[in-house]
Amino acid sequence: MSSRLPTGGTRLDRSRPVTISIDGQDVPAFVGDTLASALLGSDVRLVSAGIYSGRPRGVMGVGAEESNAFVQVTSGPGEPMVRATELEVHEGLSVERIAGRGWLPEGIDHTRYDKVWAHCEVLVVGGGEAGVTAALEAAARGVRVVVCDDRPALTDARAGELVSHPDVRVLTRTTVVGAHDHHHLVAVERRTDHLGDDAPPDVARRRLWHVKAAEVVLATGTQERPLVFPDNDRPGVMLAGAAATYVRRYGVLPGHRGVVWVAHDDGLADAVALADAGVELLVVADVRTTVTPALADALAERGVPLVLGAEVVGTDGDDDGFLYRVHLRGPDGVVVHDVDLLAVSGGLNPAVQLWSQAGGKLAWSTEAAGFVPAAPPPDAAYPLSVVGSALTGATGAVTAPATFFCGDVDDADAARVYLDPQRDATLADVRHAHLAGLTSVEHVKRFTTIGTASDQGRGFGVLTVGVLAQVLGRPVTEVGTTTYRPPYTPLPFGLLAGRDRGALSDPVRVTAMHDRHLAAGVPLEDVGQWKRPWYFPQRGESMHDAVLRECRAVREDVGMMDASTLGKIVCHGADVGEMLDRVYTGLMSSLKVGKVRYGVMCSPDGMVADDGTVARLSDDEWLLTTTTGNAASVLDTLEEWQQTEWPDLDARFTSVTEQWAVVALAGPRSRDVLAGLAPDLDVSAEGFAFMEWRDATVAGLPVRVMRISFSGELAYELHVPAAWGGALWDAVASAGGVTPYGTETMHVLRAEKGYPIVGQDTDGTVTPVDLGMAWAISPKKVREGRDFVGARSLVRDESNRPDRRHLVGLVPVDGSTAIAEGSQLVDAGADLAAVPVPMHGHVTSAYASVALGTPFALALLDGGRDRLGEELDAVDLRVPVRVRVTEPVPYDPEGERRDG
Amino acid sequence: MRTSERLPGHPDFLWATADPKSSYDVVVVGGGGHGLATAYYLAANHGITNVAVIEKGWLAGGNMARNTTIIRSNYLWDESAGIYEHSLGLWEGLEEELDCEILFSQRGVMNVAHSLGDVREGRRRVNANQLNGIDAQWLEPDEVGKLAPVLDVTDRPRYPVMGATFQPRGGIAKHDYVAWGYARAAAALGVDIIQDCEVQGFETDGDTVTAVKTSRGRIACGRLALCAAGHSGVLASQLGVRLPVQSHPLQALVSELLDQVLDTVVMSNAVHVYVSQAHKGELVMGAGVDAHLGYGQRGSFHVIEEQMAAAVELFPVFARAHVLRTWAGIVDVTPDASPIVGHLAQWANAYVNCGWGTGGFKATPGIGSVFADTVAHEAPHRLAEPYALDRFVSGRLIDEHGAAAVAH
Ligand SMILES: Cc1cc2nc3c(=O)[nH]c(=O)nc-3n(C[C@H](O)[C@H](O)[C@H](O)COP(=O)(O)OP(=O)(O)OC[C@H]3O[C@@H](n4cnc5c(N)ncnc54)[C@H](O)[C@@H]3O)c2cc1C
Repeated sequence: MSSRLPTGGTRLDRSRPVTISIDGQDVPAFVGDTLASALLGSDVRLVSAGIYSGRPRGVMGVGAEESNAFVQVTSGPGEPMVRATELEVHEGLSVERIAGRGWLPEGIDHTRYDKVWAHCEVLVVGGGEAGVTAALEAAARGVRVVVCDDRPALTDARAGELVSHPDVRVLTRTTVVGAHDHHHLVAVERRTDHLGDDAPPDVARRRLWHVKAAEVVLATGTQERPLVFPDNDRPGVMLAGAAATYVRRYGVLPGHRGVVWVAHDDGLADAVALADAGVELLVVADVRTTVTPALADALAERGVPLVLGAEVVGTDGDDDGFLYRVHLRGPDGVVVHDVDLLAVSGGLNPAVQLWSQAGGKLAWSTEAAGFVPAAPPPDAAYPLSVVGSALTGATGAVTAPATFFCGDVDDADAARVYLDPQRDATLADVRHAHLAGLTSVEHVKRFTTIGTASDQGRGFGVLTVGVLAQVLGRPVTEVGTTTYRPPYTPLPFGLLAGRDRGALSDPVRVTAMHDRHLAAGVPLEDVGQWKRPWYFPQRGESMHDAVLRECRAVREDVGMMDASTLGKIVCHGADVGEMLDRVYTGLMSSLKVGKVRYGVMCSPDGMVADDGTVARLSDDEWLLTTTTGNAASVLDTLEEWQQTEWPDLDARFTSVTEQWAVVALAGPRSRDVLAGLAPDLDVSAEGFAFMEWRDATVAGLPVRVMRISFSGELAYELHVPAAWGGALWDAVASAGGVTPYGTETMHVLRAEKGYPIVGQDTDGTVTPVDLGMAWAISPKKVREGRDFVGARSLVRDESNRPDRRHLVGLVPVDGSTAIAEGSQLVDAGADLAAVPVPMHGHVTSAYASVALGTPFALALLDGGRDRLGEELDAVDLRVPVRVRVTEPVPYDPEGERRDG
Repeated sequence: MRTSERLPGHPDFLWATADPKSSYDVVVVGGGGHGLATAYYLAANHGITNVAVIEKGWLAGGNMARNTTIIRSNYLWDESAGIYEHSLGLWEGLEEELDCEILFSQRGVMNVAHSLGDVREGRRRVNANQLNGIDAQWLEPDEVGKLAPVLDVTDRPRYPVMGATFQPRGGIAKHDYVAWGYARAAAALGVDIIQDCEVQGFETDGDTVTAVKTSRGRIACGRLALCAAGHSGVLASQLGVRLPVQSHPLQALVSELLDQVLDTVVMSNAVHVYVSQAHKGELVMGAGVDAHLGYGQRGSFHVIEEQMAAAVELFPVFARAHVLRTWAGIVDVTPDASPIVGHLAQWANAYVNCGWGTGGFKATPGIGSVFADTVAHEAPHRLAEPYALDRFVSGRLIDEHGAAAVAH
């Protein structure tokens, strides 16, 4: 038997039949159907089951208030827990029934999701009568308007006029899910879900809209609320308004023989509509004792008996548990009716979720028999108003507690009065919560899980408040609602991720020479967002061998590396020197044009935060370099101090990291190579000293050459505008015998010199003094009491305890065993089973070294500088390596190679 | 259709809401997990039962109701290992102690490394944990994949998994059950649990706090114990103490119920997301704090979007799950990401416990017992000593974020 009416259905396109399937069973449908209407149209009543009870469940509602009918979509990319009342059918749609719990299909979802940002003066949420009116009014003022409606099309007669307005954008199939601070609303547009395989490949499936609106009008209407009774969860029990809507929209009869039970006039009007559609109504019952005469007359005209002051006290199910009989108690006692439909309506809840999300208060309204918007958000940053039925709820609703719940239910029956069918939570659970001493609606929600399912209480939430008020014997007003939280309807993770997946999940930053590195096939290391060459293996060479070869080249000959990722910040202004004196531990203001100085920055607690170089380019122009990882945070730090503490200082900061490419040239032969590439540059030791910079023409390119060294060798950094980075790299590479090296070799070389890497050899607990760099703190500033970030902390006793952790070197006592980074340092021979084993420090960096002929490490060690020569065990994953403490500068401690 | 197992039920009785008396030996301000546990241990371990827990809203409705319930003790520094391991030990006996279900599930906590730096710091922490007697393991990517098959350990993700730290004894518990369990046990020992009562000021005499002024009148106190989490700074300032804490929103979210795909807790600090699949089957996720300060319990939507992008990148199957509900708590963050426990500055009879930031749920039993001991003996418990407020003057910080960037 089909419940599809021969005609009617405002949403249907009867010329386009499609076939869908549920659990492998084919179901005919029309384009325009939802899964729910298609199933009802074919008398398929079972849609899901109780999560614990396994009780059969059908369709109760027609929209977002549905709390029963959730399915697993298995066609297309697949999707768990989809609401049948909002799932539009298409050819090939297939779903499976589930019991309150979905599953995640395997594999990567390649669906495309997009995000769009829109700005408007007025955002109207809801395109019903009130929404269209508000939108037209706004449009008439000549401002930009966005209207969002979650239905496939606006049905208001004025929709055409609205859509044709140049400043109005109407988004259908679009649900506003979030009302956030700062005029920010979030909406989801379903663009191709209803098309199935016909979806154009170039259209994103869904769009997440970020709307910034000067003003927001909520014309969100209402959501129907049920009445409850024992066994209220059977397939066949529906909301009355929803039942009437299935007739109107989808030409579907929700049942053939029915009883209607309502508590307000709108519900009686729904009963009239059902009768007109051909449902045999045995009786219409109303909680109230008086109703609007016109509606009573309308029922009488159709020969439908109306019983006032009546209530449903139970239902019976057939063998499958589907609705079969209704027990209705009227003034004359209980009458049992054989039915396949029980349509109920307890009221219409104003859809106040977005109002509440925005921080607006709610108040119980007896006229509306629901919670309505009351005080607006306390510090409403934007005007938010509510129009239409979202303000008024149902017409002619009763105001007594009976609205929510009728009659006495004994404890046995209470366990079958479902207040959250998806969670199988019942009146018995509410009573248990009360007996357990709970009185707050928030506690009861958590105790019973009512309102935590996919509908987030849209179906039964307000009703539960009423029930709780009854149980507590307190007015509904006092009980109040729980807080509505975003999102209004569930949002797929993939949609929120949008395009930020794979390579786009975080920007990949590459240097100007990157294509050269790719061509050379070098392995890359992720350093923050950067991809950096790790090492440059020759054919068949292992990493270990490559790094040893590269190290040897730099120590004995000459090497080059791509140092472009160094953070670079240009500072302009008359007070830059003063500013830098305040953020670096050293003295910068005295730096002469043409000179470069090393600098350390501390955080206010005196701990090393970054290091780098400062070059003075002219009187009021300076160039800072930072570590690769801290480029952004150093810029932030400078901006924060300048903007919040020292706005009087004339200093401006610009990141130029990407604008310059840098080739580091290092090794005893680097001077010769540079001389060959830059014939006009005086590269003599006297003409171009260590820690100086020059502008020069190198290989025909305009290059800023800095003579600084991170390897301890004679070395230069060649800075060139990024566009010439590749050309410079090629020129140096073809200068003859220059060995390219990567980050690993760079680390070894600097470690052999004891140059710490901030973030590797420091961890936010290390002062410059701990690193053995007391010299980097300007004695002049200290003497003169000049303040700088961290200065106060550095003079605390704690910062000068002799047993602080100092940076030291370590070598294996056997001269050959590698030391692992991250090892903890314990007493030599300590029993590792006798926990806790006292720890004295840890290994921060460890490498094999050609220059030293032994593995070595840097470590932070308690009182380390006083323990040179001592032996300890470095323990990694419970394996000790005997090590000897050494100076942290194992290689060329006098620095002759670098400075020569 | 496959049905699911019900979670264990609740006790028949939890606690009776009390009206405030005019005076108590100890007034605990803040009815979150820490306040309730403190009150319970004052009564249970020290026989101090004339105690009130004063909560401005509904009991345990602050961070206790909002956190993602990750429990672990694999912190880097000895001081942290001390307090968190003490706490984990108590968790392991808590169902018995409180005689009620708390759904404590030791499913392990994994912290994933995505760079050479992460690997180095992870190894360092594992080594420190092992030497401190804390169960800790280092996992190579293939071992990570075995424990969490839905985690993509191939080199496809933008930041591939390079290993992970793992603490098998870590896990999750059900936050509400824990709070209610403590409330029930405390109330049974005579503690007054007072809800809907806001502390709005204090009365003092010399160096002594004599009473709290509340929205429901004056309540005299012998000793004062502040456990107000995100609002600690507000309360302390009413006693003239400026705490070095900043209050940030911290958000979290849940999905719908899903068949089990993840049997352990996975955290990734580098790409900012962490997730567990809770008892009923919902994915519970969070990320880092919102950058702005405030008491609004409202976060920014982009933080959720970024977190979801990170989640989908690491767990491709999550793309089709849905966010059902998001929310925010207010967490009190100190400069060294370690808590403040002990005497409240100059006040002779006032104690403060705050600054647990994003990670104090796991400390609930531990700090409850340690703070109760501190208040009872009017002297810091051994495990609380390092966390005294004056470390921000002396500089003896316990910096937990620089080293391991561990949040929850
Ligand atoms: C989203 C989120 C995720 C988290 N995830 C984890 C995690 O996975 N693992 C973990 O270990 N930790 C986590 N945390 C942190 C943890 O929740 C907190 O550190 C911990 O709950 C704080 O202790 P509490 O339970 O006592 O705090 P709260 O529950 O916040 O208790 C403080 C109480 O004080 C009350 N109060 C404040 N002012 C007053 C006043 N004037 N008068 C009376 N009462 C007052 C508040 O209403 C509140 O109830 C998370 C926190 C959040 C917000």
